[in-house]
Formats: sequence, structure tokens, C-alpha cells
Amino acid sequence: MSIPENLRYTREHEWVSGDEVVTIGVTAFAADSLGDVVYVQLPDVGDQVTAGEVCGEIESTKSVSDLYSPVTGEVVEVNQSVVDKPETVNADPYDAGWLLRVRASSVPELLAADAYAALIQEG
Amino acid sequence: MKTPKILKTPLHEVHLQLGASFTDFAGWSMPVRYSSELAEHRAVREAAGQFDLSHMGEIELSGPQAAGALDYALVGNLSAVRVGRARYTMMCDESGGVLDDLVVYRLQHDRFLVVANAGNVAVVADRLRERAGGFDAQVDDRSVKTALIAVQGPHSPAIVATATGADLSGLKYYASMPARVGEHEVLLARTGYTGEDGFEVFTDADEAVAVWQSLAAAGESHGLLPSGLACRDTLRLEAGMPLYGNELSTELTPMHAGLGRVVKFDKPGDFVGRAALEKAPEPDRVLVGLRGGGRRAPRHGYRVLHGERAVGEVTSGALSPTLGYPIAMAYVEREFAEPGTELGADIRGRTQPVTVVPMPFYKRSTT
Repeated sequence: MSIPENLRYTREHEWVSGDEVVTIGVTAFAADSLGDVVYVQLPDVGDQVTAGEVCGEIESTKSVSDLYSPVTGEVVEVNQSVVDKPETVNADPYDAGWLLRVRASSVPELLAADAYAALIQEG
Repeated sequence: MKTPKILKTPLHEVHLQLGASFTDFAGWSMPVRYSSELAEHRAVREAAGQFDLSHMGEIELSGPQAAGALDYALVGNLSAVRVGRARYTMMCDESGGVLDDLVVYRLQHDRFLVVANAGNVAVVADRLRERAGGFDAQVDDRSVKTALIAVQGPHSPAIVATATGADLSGLKYYASMPARVGEHEVLLARTGYTGEDGFEVFTDADEAVAVWQSLAAAGESHGLLPSGLACRDTLRLEAGMPLYGNELSTELTPMHAGLGRVVKFDKPGDFVGRAALEKAPEPDRVLVGLRGGGRRAPRHGYRVLHGERAVGEVTSGALSPTLGYPIAMAYVEREFAEPGTELGADIRGRTQPVTVVPMPFYKRSTT
């Protein structure tokens, strides 16, 4: 399971890159556990999101999962191409499958790649 | 605390080698998908899929009065089933509630095979023993010794013909025959749960791996994909087939599910549930199909609305991979059950319009 070294992670299986404006997605582990993603609901540009709180939904053929915001701040961009083609989350979770960009006012402590790897090893 | 033991089928190692993801289902660790459930779903609709269904129960009834015992134990008229044929039927409790839905094969004049859902095997076996008590018939739960492999899809006849060397032209839908896969004797049935033409292969648990591999090899040039429970669920939903625990339960009679035709009131003799089912009033809510717009599916447990009022509940739902729009089954109050009725579904706090439609949602074209 791929876990890029240069990203930071949450225990809820989101990844984060960048500092002031952060890009957020879900990990390959999450995408794989969900199964084929068929619907993604994201916040609107301008919405405020709060670290640890639900900011969207990801639906696979079998289930619906909440998307938690890893940071607090204002949504500055959402990935419309993922909304249009939700399967991108499975195909390319760390790149084309990014979900939203947030101008972060507060970033809680996040996991480094090795800590996240250990977390998903535990099951 | 006692942790329940998770059961593994005789094909577990094969699934591991194929890279399956697993899910716990009725106490069994079962492959939920191997690669992508949508690819597996499409393979079954367009080519073929291979399923491990060894978690299901196989219970044999034999003896001079086996048919009579089944007529008493189940709601169907099993004496009327000819040797080599199979019947979809149900076991009800005294009050008419559904204990399980079953497929029963008549293997010989005095020998039947009852196939039960994984979660209900113990109940079905116990009740069969109890209900066969007054008959000259033996009940033998062979579930652990038996593996079940399904090959489903338009290419399945070619695959199964290659693997068995059998002439399948005389094997009708809902019929079975003894066959061989390589050295191994199997029971070959033309049945399934996907809406496609397909086969189910019953084999000794010890021989399951060899039989699986032979079928897989025969299917290689036909686009056969190993397929998990995730796609099995979307396939059966498209085909409008009820799932025990979702559409069927002891709280509901066969009539609720629109399956009153499986109850054979005209068969001679009593059967368990007859009195209650004969007296039962018209069900106040019935199972319907719903079609939604957009891409969000109403799912199990979501409310069905008429205006602000809850008039039903969804039992199964998914974005149909074949049709491209959301489909669901739901129990709704009778007056809202007519096809064409416009209702709403509460999808996580947002009401989305849905329309009552006839089932099945998908029907294969027979050529």
C-alpha cells in the first residue's frame, strides 16, 4: 500500500500536503477499504471547515463514509474533476484524486508517513 | 468475553493468493472483492464471474417420506418437484414469519438438497429435524463438508461445458445433474443469484480447490473474473432478488415481500405457518422498487417520504453499475406502492425524489 513520505496523515485516513494552503485527500488505504468510489460530496469554496469535523462524504458502492477535515480554515478550491469522476479517488488518491484546498488557520499535529504506516499495520 | 470464531471456507488460501479483500459475513471470512467490485459486476453481466459460496448451508433430506417432510416443513409443494429440478421456497415459523428463503433440489425420488443462507443454517437444520420428526426421513447437515462455487454470466455455459465436458443443452434453468470436473464428482445446477444465466457447483470441501482451479482455467479465455460479495450484492439488487436480513425476516411474511406465490395453500396437508398465513390480512406495507436521479443511492435503513411523512424504509440500495442510476428496494405503505408513485428518500438529511418502479430493475436479454 503506497504511503508517500512527503505527506502528513490523520488517523481518519486523510492526507495533507503544504503549509498555508493545504491540499487534502484520502489515502490509498482508505480508497481501497471503501471499494469503488461512486460519489463524492465536498464543501463549497468559501466554506469554513474545522479540524476533526465532517466536511464531506465519500460514497462507495457499498457504504457512505464521512470525510473529516484535517485542518481548520477556509476552503479555497475543490476538485471538480473528482466530483465528476469519483473513481479518480481509487485510481490516483495522492495526485489527481485530491479533494480540496484549504487556507489553514490552524493545523493540528498530523502523523508522518512511518507513523501512519504503523497505524494501518495495526489494523 | 467469548470471541466468536471466524470461519474460513476451503477456498480461503486461493482467495489470499488472488489478493482478495475480506469481510466478515454471517460468521465467515468471505472475499468481498478481488480487484474492483465494479469490474467484477461488469464481468458477470458481460462475460462471467466466479464466486465462492461455501458459507451457504447444504442440508440433505432423504428417506421414503422426505418429500412429505418438506411439504410440512416448508411453504412450497416439494412433492410436486420432479427429480433433477429445483424450486425456490421458504421456511416460515408458526406465525408466518420467514425463517429463511431456500433453494431445494430434488436429487432422487427420495433425496433432496436444501440450500440455506449462511446465517440461517443452524435454524433451518434444527427446524427441519424437528419438523421431519413424524416422517420416515433423515436430515443430514452437510454444510461443513460441502463447498459451493458459482459461475455466473453469459459466458458461463461455455466455461462450465469446458470444465465438465458435459452437454448442458438439456440442463434447464433451476435444474441440476451429476457431473465431473476433472476427477471430481460434483453436483452441477443451473441456478444463481445474479440475474444472469449461470451455474452452481456443489463439491466436497476437500476437492474445492481443485474444482475452483479447473473452472478458473476453463474461464481464462472467456473473461472469467473471481468475484466477491460486494458485486454479488449489486447484481442481486439489480435483479430484484430479496436478501435475507434486508428484505426478508421473521417480522415479515412472504406476502410482504411480494412472494406470496411461493406459499402453496393448495397443496394437501398442513404445513408450518399455514393457519397464520391463511388468516393474515393484506400486508400494510409491501416491497417496492425505487429509482432515483443523480448518483446518490438511498441505502438500507433510510426513510422513504411522502411530503414530510415517513411512509416506508429502504431495505437495500446502490448506484446501479449496469443502469447508471440509483436503485433501491423499500417497504412502503400499500397506498404508495403503485409504480409511477413519486416519493422522496431521506439521504442523510436531504430529500431526493424517487419513483416507484416495477422490479426487476435489470433483466437480461434472452437471445
